[in-house]
Amino acid sequence: MIRVQEEDFDIGAELAALTGGDISIGGVASFTGLVRDMAPIDGTDHNIKTMTLEHYPGMTEKKLAEIEAEANTRWPLAASLIIHRYGSLSPGDQIVFVACASAHRQAAFDACQFLMDWLKTDAPFWKLEDTDTGSVWVEARDSDDRAKSRWTDKPDTTS
Amino acid sequence: MKILYFAWMRQRIGVSHENIELPNSVNTVDGLVDWLIARDDGYAKAFAKREVIRAAVNQEYVPFDHAVSDDDEIAFFPPVTGG
Repeated sequence: MIRVQEEDFDIGAELAALTGGDISIGGVASFTGLVRDMAPIDGTDHNIKTMTLEHYPGMTEKKLAEIEAEANTRWPLAASLIIHRYGSLSPGDQIVFVACASAHRQAAFDACQFLMDWLKTDAPFWKLEDTDTGSVWVEARDSDDRAKSRWTDKPDTTS
Repeated sequence: MKILYFAWMRQRIGVSHENIELPNSVNTVDGLVDWLIARDDGYAKAFAKREVIRAAVNQEYVPFDHAVSDDDEIAFFPPVTGG
């Protein structure tokens, strides 16, 4: 399931709903992304007052659904969830949540990392940081492209 | 054709979206960018580093030599920074 929303989410309630009733699930891995209080701008750390997340309604949901579907073709997942927020957020606020449930832990861990790595490079979101020295659009990182590229080969799920 | 702009491209161009009638001479994403740049300085600033801009036609990522038609929805935006 995917959700793109302005409002906050309750991790406990989301995990309970994701796995509820399915006793074939042996493990759930999840990742929660939070707004940091500092950002490096031109090599110097700046205090973040607020972060505004913009997205492309329609394409965002489409890309997230594709990424989730891809994860489900690569790993035997019993359930999966991606939540991504947009709008104005403050340091400490939750931005993104991914969770994957499977019979065994490795699929859950790997699928969770895969979802985050692909989401970072493919989902059309942009972060604007309002710092003590002005507003700055966050720049994409090469390390995110490298993180995605490690998933080029499909995993060996026979072992 | 509907064109959408996001993040700093939207700020530089000054609108989040616009509807245009695609000239017959424009057949590709690259051709559309050339045409837009010739219209106004804001576009020239927004597309100054064309190689970093990403394009999506009907909500799918495309290379700049991809074909465009008047029925398309096309979006231009900087590299994405979600997550």
